[in-house]
Amino acid sequence: MALSKEQIAQRIAKEVKDGYYVNLGIGIPTLVANFVRNDISVEFQSENGVLGMGPFPFEGEEDPDLINAGKQTITALPGASFFDSAMSFGMIRGQHVDLTILGAMEVSQNGDIANWKIPGKMVKGMGGAMDLVASAENIIVAMMHTNREGESKLLKECSLPLTGVNCVKKIVTNLAVLEIVDGKFLLLERAPGVSVEEIQKATEGDLIVKGDIIEMKF
Amino acid sequence: MIKKTVANVREACEGIADGMTFMLGGFGLCGIPENIISELVRRNVQNVTCISNNAGVDDFGLGLLLKKHQIKKMISSYVGENAEFERQMLNGEMEVELIPQGTLAQRCEAARSGIPAFYTPAGYGTEVAEGKETREFRGKMHVMEKAFEADFSFVKAWKGDEAGNLIFKGTARNFNPAMCGAGKITVAEVEELVPAGQLDPNQIHIPGIFIQRIFQGENYEKRIEQLTVRKRN
Repeated sequence: MALSKEQIAQRIAKEVKDGYYVNLGIGIPTLVANFVRNDISVEFQSENGVLGMGPFPFEGEEDPDLINAGKQTITALPGASFFDSAMSFGMIRGQHVDLTILGAMEVSQNGDIANWKIPGKMVKGMGGAMDLVASAENIIVAMMHTNREGESKLLKECSLPLTGVNCVKKIVTNLAVLEIVDGKFLLLERAPGVSVEEIQKATEGDLIVKGDIIEMKF
Repeated sequence: MIKKTVANVREACEGIADGMTFMLGGFGLCGIPENIISELVRRNVQNVTCISNNAGVDDFGLGLLLKKHQIKKMISSYVGENAEFERQMLNGEMEVELIPQGTLAQRCEAARSGIPAFYTPAGYGTEVAEGKETREFRGKMHVMEKAFEADFSFVKAWKGDEAGNLIFKGTARNFNPAMCGAGKITVAEVEELVPAGQLDPNQIHIPGIFIQRIFQGENYEKRIEQLTVRKRN
């Protein structure tokens, strides 16, 4: 069965290692924080100016001066720090943040990503996504494998306006875990009960299948 | 000590005129100069260009200026959550320039620091880079971005003193520090204004040299855009 959004987040959480500073995008990436092992030390960065972001506040303890990049009220954990936007993006551009997890509308087999604009629809803006994808060394995309019409979002070339080029390294979808290697999608893992054929069918870009593909366990 | 205090928001906004470019601090509704925005609405200044990460919501923040059609152009990274904004943008009543958030912050900081332009990897290979100079450094492509030019910077801090020194709180800091000294005149509104000597110089986030006018704001609403809480057990 295809993974739920929570399971996608749960699978991505395994990529978060001890000592990592991590930036989580809006949507499925935000859920990753719930599944990170509690025996490792990880700090979450929110690009509006906090490192060491904690869970949502208890009712009545919310502070209007403490929000995340999604404008939600948050808390700060022991060891947290606040800083301004220029320094925040200095951290990102200077590659001090170890891992960036974000959503996408389309990813191409050479690692291009499109996630900010659909022609003909109201454009809300790229926020920090272009800075993040252009600079992060380690980018994982969390996305559904296909759109609502059942069309593949893993393409030979993106059709939507790009957010960044040659930047995505790993993709976790509701069907599979894939890596971008030599301009192709390399299949690493499949969702429980999902066959390689189904993944192949849902992938418009070139898919490399080497040997037995392990099934994810939850 | 060089005194930067002005009596109130009216005095703080002296000299603003139609057609000017303003920088306004804040991320969403967090850390926005609420008093100054109200004064810009009251003065009904027209055809202004606003450099601000976001554009407020329909009835708060920069949304108040939008509603009165005072804004000619917005330069932002994200403008969601605002129906009137969408309407004016789609009808061509207002010009919008969307730029990456880190580039926005750095263009403010560059303006403050006397750096006319810089290279960033953000936006390379996208429509953001169209018409801009690109150049390779250390095997990676970069886009040249220029420092902003603005007539006024309007910022909000938590505490300030008569000398214009500022301390920010939490994530209300955001774009405010980078905008201090980036416009020709920087006006700071603070929740608490104290005499010089009462703030520890070790704790100052922005020194008063970047501030021309400072005043204590009133009636802060500090609206929360997305109240998100967890239940107690």
